Amino acid sequence: MLKVSCVTKYFKDQKIFSNLDLTVDRGRFHVIVGPSGCGKSTLFDGLTGVTPLDGGSISWNHESLLNLRYHAAYMQQKDMLLPWFSLLNNALLPAKTSGQDMKKAKKQAQSLFSRLGLKGYESHYARQVSGGMRQRCALVRTLMFNRELILLDEPLSALDAITRRSLQSLLLLLQTEFGKTILMITHDIEEALVLADEIYLFSKKPMSLSRHYVLDSPKPRKFNDPILLNIKADVLDKLEGDLMNEQV
Amino acid sequence: MNRFNLLPVLFVALILGLWELFVRILAVPVFILPPPSCILTVALVRAPQILPHAAITLTEILLGIGLALCTAIPLAIIMFARPSLEKAFAPFLVASQAIPVFALAPLLVVWLGYGIASKVFMAWIIIFFPICISLLEGFKSCDKEYRVLFRLMGAPFFKTLILLYWPWALPRFFAGLKLGVTVATIGAVIGEWVGAQQGLGFLMIQSNARLQVDLVFAAILWLTAMGLALWWLVGVLEKKIIKWK
Ligand SMILES: Nc1ncnc2c1ncn2[C@@H]1O[C@H](COP(=O)(O)OP(=O)(O)O)[C@@H](O)[C@H]1O
Ligand SMILES: [Mg+2]
Repeated sequence: MLKVSCVTKYFKDQKIFSNLDLTVDRGRFHVIVGPSGCGKSTLFDGLTGVTPLDGGSISWNHESLLNLRYHAAYMQQKDMLLPWFSLLNNALLPAKTSGQDMKKAKKQAQSLFSRLGLKGYESHYARQVSGGMRQRCALVRTLMFNRELILLDEPLSALDAITRRSLQSLLLLLQTEFGKTILMITHDIEEALVLADEIYLFSKKPMSLSRHYVLDSPKPRKFNDPILLNIKADVLDKLEGDLMNEQV
Repeated sequence: MNRFNLLPVLFVALILGLWELFVRILAVPVFILPPPSCILTVALVRAPQILPHAAITLTEILLGIGLALCTAIPLAIIMFARPSLEKAFAPFLVASQAIPVFALAPLLVVWLGYGIASKVFMAWIIIFFPICISLLEGFKSCDKEYRVLFRLMGAPFFKTLILLYWPWALPRFFAGLKLGVTVATIGAVIGEWVGAQQGLGFLMIQSNARLQVDLVFAAILWLTAMGLALWWLVGVLEKKIIKWK
């Protein structure tokens, strides 16, 4: 179980968030939604030790940690594929850098390639394939960390709507087939609704929890599920209300 | 041949044509300024005499480049890995550029002798700086996001260097190397001017003293051709290695 309590982050005098709490039970898929610039990426950077936090505590499976650097696979907003490596070699980077058994790693990466629809593209370079494929490759790379906990920062935001839909079902695989525990950021409410077991809705300045939804309808889900539509309406209401307050 | 290749060729042809015309019309004596046609003829006809000298100069340049690569690359890596060392080395590096090589040449000949060692050393001094600095700047230009990715993967410095920083820096490294190989000829020739028994610089001084200006120009032509060939070779190598661009 991931338990984050009372985390606080300042950039100089600017308070990004303070006393923020989050929990994700093992095997669950939690989604963070919030207006752009509210501090979602900063939260992930803080959790993974990319930037230092100014307070709070983090624990994973009841083990108290300074950060999740060695316990979570963090997929940042961009695909971050290296142009000088083939897709397969990009996916193998976590294995290469941590000195894993390369033969085993290659086998694993190849099977992930075929599972995520990249079979036949192993030796292509990133510039030769579409944005959707690049993102799939980044996803394989993230899985190659071989960590149970996965943090995804807007993994599909750079893609067009149709590609996004098809990749959403792959994200679901992370939970259902690979048994990962997932915390994901998205700005796409519908994406959150079809994927999440729980949704955290944050407001900005400073980032703070304004709604928490538990969704227990079975997956895969349809958008026209009335329960989901109700939640969507509520989220939009809340976001709009915040926007109005901001303008006043 | 496309328009981009054609333009410089036309420009060079124009200059050479004007030169030829100017010399012929004014009947400038050959020992003052020979026409391009004459220079080309001498460069080819007397190749048996020139080429052994060119081979010596080329050897000096290549050894200088090799020495520069062997020293500039490790130093750039060390300075990148330890910024405190960069601060310590930087003044010496800049100073090495501020010293005019001309001033150093006679000393080097005294210390290292009339053989090729002093010329190799001169070439090395000149090439070292552009290679080292361009590589260091290349390392430093690596995006922070990619560094973060490697940190998240738990990659030690050396693996990050090989998998990330080195390929990232390669385009700049080659830019520095191209600059280096073209100016390397200067170092070698100055060394030969000051004191040598062979090499294109020696041939130039000797011919100049005998008023064989056409031979001086022929040597310059060979020198230029060598510089261009090296520059072109580095370009080919760059295209071969940086396939992803
Ligand atoms: N390195 C930084 N220094 C100062 N301010 C920053 C830095 N990184 C992000 N911020 C600020 O923190 C806020 C949250 O940014 P971010 O976490 O990227 O938002 P989100 O991911 O929710 O869109 C923004 O107002 C941004 O300007
Ligand atoms: Mg963000």
